[in-house]
Amino acid sequence: MWATVKHPAFAGHPMFVVQPLDQDGKDVGQSFVAIDRVQAGVGDKVLVLTEGTGVRQLVKQGDVVPIRSAIVGIVDRVDLG
Amino acid sequence: MYLGIVTGSVVASRKVAGLEGKKILLVQPVDEHRKPVGDVQAAIDTVQAGEGDLVYLVGSREAALALDPHFVPVDAAIVGIVDGVST
Repeated sequence: MWATVKHPAFAGHPMFVVQPLDQDGKDVGQSFVAIDRVQAGVGDKVLVLTEGTGVRQLVKQGDVVPIRSAIVGIVDRVDLG
Repeated sequence: MYLGIVTGSVVASRKVAGLEGKKILLVQPVDEHRKPVGDVQAAIDTVQAGEGDLVYLVGSREAALALDPHFVPVDAAIVGIVDGVST
């Protein structure tokens, strides 16, 4: 997803629409938008942080940052017990 | 953050101090295929969005952080106008 007119805090952050999955990789719940921190690509299975304080600690742009979700990892494999 | 389409605007002359001078728009949350998802909501506009624009919003505490001065009583803020979504 790309947007030129946006709140300055988003400048420079690539963004993706993310579809939550269950442990079996099946779609579950509603898709949402996240900034990318790991050079993810469309189709990648990823780990997403969905809590603002954590994102602010990640992007280090101070406290007044209206970003709530960030892709923080690309999943290679999920092992079920 | 989530996607939405601007469907209207809200005029409220009497409102709490922090909301003065802020535009309030009606937004229908949608998925990446523009399929409506959930109910229409009122959101503060921070990017001069217009009716019909595909936008993305942030909710809860981050919505308040989208405004200057922040910590205004809002729980949804439009923070970007979407140019495109590849599906």
